[in-house]
Amino acid sequence: MWLQLIQDPNLRWILLGSIFLGLSSGVIGCFTYLRKQSLLGDAVAHSTLPGVALAFMITGSRNLWGLLLGALGTSLLATFLISYVTRKSRIKQDASLGIILSVFFSLGLMLLTIIQHSSRGNQSGLDKFLFGQAASMVRSDVNTIVIVSIFLLFICAVFFKELKLLCFDFEFAKGLGLPVILLDHLIMLLMVIVVVTGIQIVGVILMVALLITPATAARYWTDKLHVMVIISASFGVISGAIGTLISANVRNLPTGPVVVLIAVCLFVFSLLFAPKRGLVVKLLLRKKLRFLQQNQLLQQELEMEAKHEY
Amino acid sequence: MKSPLKVKNLTVAYEKKTVLKNISFEIPEGKLIGIIGPNGAGKSTLIKSILGLVPSLTGTVEIYGKIPKMQRNLIGYVPQRESVDWDFPTDVLDVVIMGQYGHLGWFKRPGRQEKELALNCLKQVGMDSFSNRQISQLSGGQQQRVFLARALAQKAQLYFMDEPFVGVDAVTEKTIISLLNDLKEQGKTVLVVHHDLNTVKEYFDWVILLNEELIEIGETKKVFTKAYLQKTYGGKLMMLDAD
Repeated sequence: MWLQLIQDPNLRWILLGSIFLGLSSGVIGCFTYLRKQSLLGDAVAHSTLPGVALAFMITGSRNLWGLLLGALGTSLLATFLISYVTRKSRIKQDASLGIILSVFFSLGLMLLTIIQHSSRGNQSGLDKFLFGQAASMVRSDVNTIVIVSIFLLFICAVFFKELKLLCFDFEFAKGLGLPVILLDHLIMLLMVIVVVTGIQIVGVILMVALLITPATAARYWTDKLHVMVIISASFGVISGAIGTLISANVRNLPTGPVVVLIAVCLFVFSLLFAPKRGLVVKLLLRKKLRFLQQNQLLQQELEMEAKHEY
Repeated sequence: MKSPLKVKNLTVAYEKKTVLKNISFEIPEGKLIGIIGPNGAGKSTLIKSILGLVPSLTGTVEIYGKIPKMQRNLIGYVPQRESVDWDFPTDVLDVVIMGQYGHLGWFKRPGRQEKELALNCLKQVGMDSFSNRQISQLSGGQQQRVFLARALAQKAQLYFMDEPFVGVDAVTEKTIISLLNDLKEQGKTVLVVHHDLNTVKEYFDWVILLNEELIEIGETKKVFTKAYLQKTYGGKLMMLDAD
């Protein structure tokens, strides 16, 4: 049955989109994880909703570029507001993030309701943006994701060592003369782009999981950044692909939750079975050491007894 | 002969509070110079503002006659150890190679030459057998030596070090000071923010006494005296031995 599905050319395109989303999300997710800005991804995702709604209201169409522009606009505004509030008031960043996220998301939901009640309501398909629906994508949507992903991968490859140094030692990077503020903004911009293109597949609410989970899972497997990025991208691809395959074949099942569940399974697997850092491995190692220790003690005792017999 | 560092009227403020007030001094080449002062005196801030890491209100800084931005390749920097997340996925060799990013430029990837130089620097601090070790598995002293190796890889003429002796074991401390003396013999200049008054006389040729303002600067034997120290530390100083 599954082979038949992949014969379907439409599904093949959609799968391609999900694969590329998983790829770029896994890559940029590593950098936002290391910069400790993962939750900002959540705020960005939630704040795209009013932008998407407004774009639809203004253009009257579901054209992806219009929606993406709207999403980009409101999410950048939200990002700016978060840092503005943090800087100019006594509110710390986590509270500021929570407040802005909630305000924008609520606005978005209200606008969505207005759209639903209007004459165009049923045709908008905007509610799919809450939890994502890969099957709603058309070929041009997929093209956009692929282009954006290739661009992101190129940037990350070209500037890899600078981004690595920025994440590891901001001060030292600055001391070397690296344009650290620009690079930091570059990471954020790439993250925003991934989120904005990804919400149609994974949805506004769960997009953050695709940013965080593959990167966190990958961390268990390696101590080298470039390997972590590759593993994270692979986990993202697997989650995106399997999640899309399943949701495309079950009626009314949104893609987001399935993708996230696959990603979490990969995470739990990593948590348990990764060599060196996995829990199971650590437990087995401890048992082995204890066994060896007891063996050693036994041997020492036998030697002492042998000596006494003389 | 241009002096490695000339500072004029440097003032740094943070949220309406002055941290450094009108600092002016010039240092000679080829010396080990300790920056001494009580907590909050602005010692770290002095280094950071010279390097352009924190903004200054007024003042000019000249490194071998030019502004620091143009002399990046002559500067080596060892920041405080706690400024970094040591759980980052990277190994010892990689950290030292990062010291050469300034020389590599934007698009070049580190190659065998960079690797060999990095191993060499690690050897100088006695850490070459740790080159593949994940940095989270290092002790404080080992981390400090890796930072030092990274600064060596910068192949600088003027080094800035922020409290390199804090929380390190005796072996590491000996390694560091011996290395600093090697650098001095090569004609390089090292500025060190230092916290332990007991070792100042032994380690440094010159001292900069700092407490928001420049109290005094000069040869240790002339400047590191009871009188000047009283002035620097105010009432906080407990006398250690007669000067």
